[in-house]
Amino acid sequence: MNFQAVKAIYLFEMARFFRTLAQSFLSPVLSTSLYFVVFGAAIGSRIDQVEGVSYGAFIVPGLIMLSVMTQATSNASFGIYFPKFIGTIYELLSAPISFFEIVIGYVGAAATKALFVGLVILGTAYFFVDLQIAHPLAMFAFLILTCLSFSLLGFIIGIWAQNFEQLQLIPLLVITPLVFLGGSFYSISMLPPVWQTITLFNPVVYLISGFRWSFFGAADVGIGVSLIAIAAFTAICLAIIWWIFKTGYRIRS
Amino acid sequence: MSVILSVENVTKTYDSGFEALKGVDLQIDEGEILALLGPNGAGKTTLISTICGITTPSSGRITVAGHDILSDYRQARRIIGLVPQELSLEPFEKVINTVRLSRGLFGKGRDEAYIEKILRQLSLWDKRNAKVMELSGGMKRRVLIAKALSHEPRVLFLDEPTAGVDVELRKDMWQVVEELKSNGVTIILTTHYIEEAEAIADRVGVINQGRILLVEPKVDLMQRMGRKQLTIELQDPVTDVPDSLKDYDLRASDDGNALIYCYDSNGPRTGITTLLADLQKAGLHMTDIQTHQSSLEEIFVDLVKETA
Repeated sequence: MNFQAVKAIYLFEMARFFRTLAQSFLSPVLSTSLYFVVFGAAIGSRIDQVEGVSYGAFIVPGLIMLSVMTQATSNASFGIYFPKFIGTIYELLSAPISFFEIVIGYVGAAATKALFVGLVILGTAYFFVDLQIAHPLAMFAFLILTCLSFSLLGFIIGIWAQNFEQLQLIPLLVITPLVFLGGSFYSISMLPPVWQTITLFNPVVYLISGFRWSFFGAADVGIGVSLIAIAAFTAICLAIIWWIFKTGYRIRS
Repeated sequence: MSVILSVENVTKTYDSGFEALKGVDLQIDEGEILALLGPNGAGKTTLISTICGITTPSSGRITVAGHDILSDYRQARRIIGLVPQELSLEPFEKVINTVRLSRGLFGKGRDEAYIEKILRQLSLWDKRNAKVMELSGGMKRRVLIAKALSHEPRVLFLDEPTAGVDVELRKDMWQVVEELKSNGVTIILTTHYIEEAEAIADRVGVINQGRILLVEPKVDLMQRMGRKQLTIELQDPVTDVPDSLKDYDLRASDDGNALIYCYDSNGPRTGITTLLADLQKAGLHMTDIQTHQSSLEEIFVDLVKETA
């Protein structure tokens, strides 16, 4: 195991993050504040409570998940796509490192950035709503797992993408709709029965539901199901990455 | 001298079906400078990329200091440094950080003193905190070299190190290569510029259409193939070589103002002395004489033509 290389990749990627720290910090604070103003104050004043929680507090887990998933995906996909685009990938390919170590470096850095954004949003939320976290350890575990699994997904997208449009395609056309439709801002029980059934095919539902359980102790689907869902998602991403590694898909001719 | 790089019957066929390497054999001794010459598309970059791990060989075997580049890739790659042809660098990062990254990637711990040494050696120390995008093309090339040297490699590949670089910088680069050689680094460089090979290489390899045509010490190559020409300017033009001089490998120039004599400067006798005496006997008056030795470039063009 070439720990020096993993460390070098991780620190180099984090340096990119720190160069734009103000942006990295301000944009989630601003967008969260906007969500609270629009959803919390304007709509929330008309919705009393959802599952015994004030609407403002109810949307916090969904808001965090929305940002964490998009941030993890875009950070990781950009992280590995950029070296491909500017040609510096030659160095990764000629260095004494395994593909596995490359993944740890890039995915680790992307997940760290997403985790930071998630925590910033959580912190911002405290300024707007009363928040009690029922299961803090589970909350952290869910958050970290989501950061990691979506960073893995982002890494796959970054390897697959051959131009900037493709890089944006999946986050924009798949992840954002799934997150919006995955119960970020509402409880599934608020939907008509048909849509409740359809929604259960959206994998993001299980992640948001499980994360919400860690906050309020109540969820749309059982916590066990949520855990299986995120484990399955991570396993699928790892399997695809293993296949990329075996075949050298789009990286090594 | 021990062999540090061994390439045995390596082929590379790309997915498109293009055969970039057709059975390449190459042995490189530790500490030498080998210049790999070849026209565009000859397979120079593919060969380097294959040795360095950027592309996988279709068949054959490559070892670096005894380590197989596939089964023992970690050990093999630790020994190699690569300066690619393209100026591929992270534009927004500071010079020193990109060099530190390279050192880390190759599994070495931080060593600021060593990084300072190579940055100074490459006249980059003053620019260490500049962003890569702020540098000129020549400076970027140096950053690439610094990155390649950051992990103290024993073998350095320079893929067209002076392409698009001005004359002064090219000379500087040769200086750097010379210093590296004196530190014991083995250097393999590809180039279009024959004068570059002539100036710095110990041995010259010629590659064309995926095959190595020859690898020879530069001096031997030039001696073996370097025919010398003696041009004798005449006071009065001739239409043909006089009969008394027919035994010499002599021909008249197109305008008849000169006679051109070809000889082997390494042969036991060049025949120049008797030729000049016989010229006088034939009543020809000379106004000037000059000699010319074919350059590596001419040799190279001839070789490539032969195999085309």
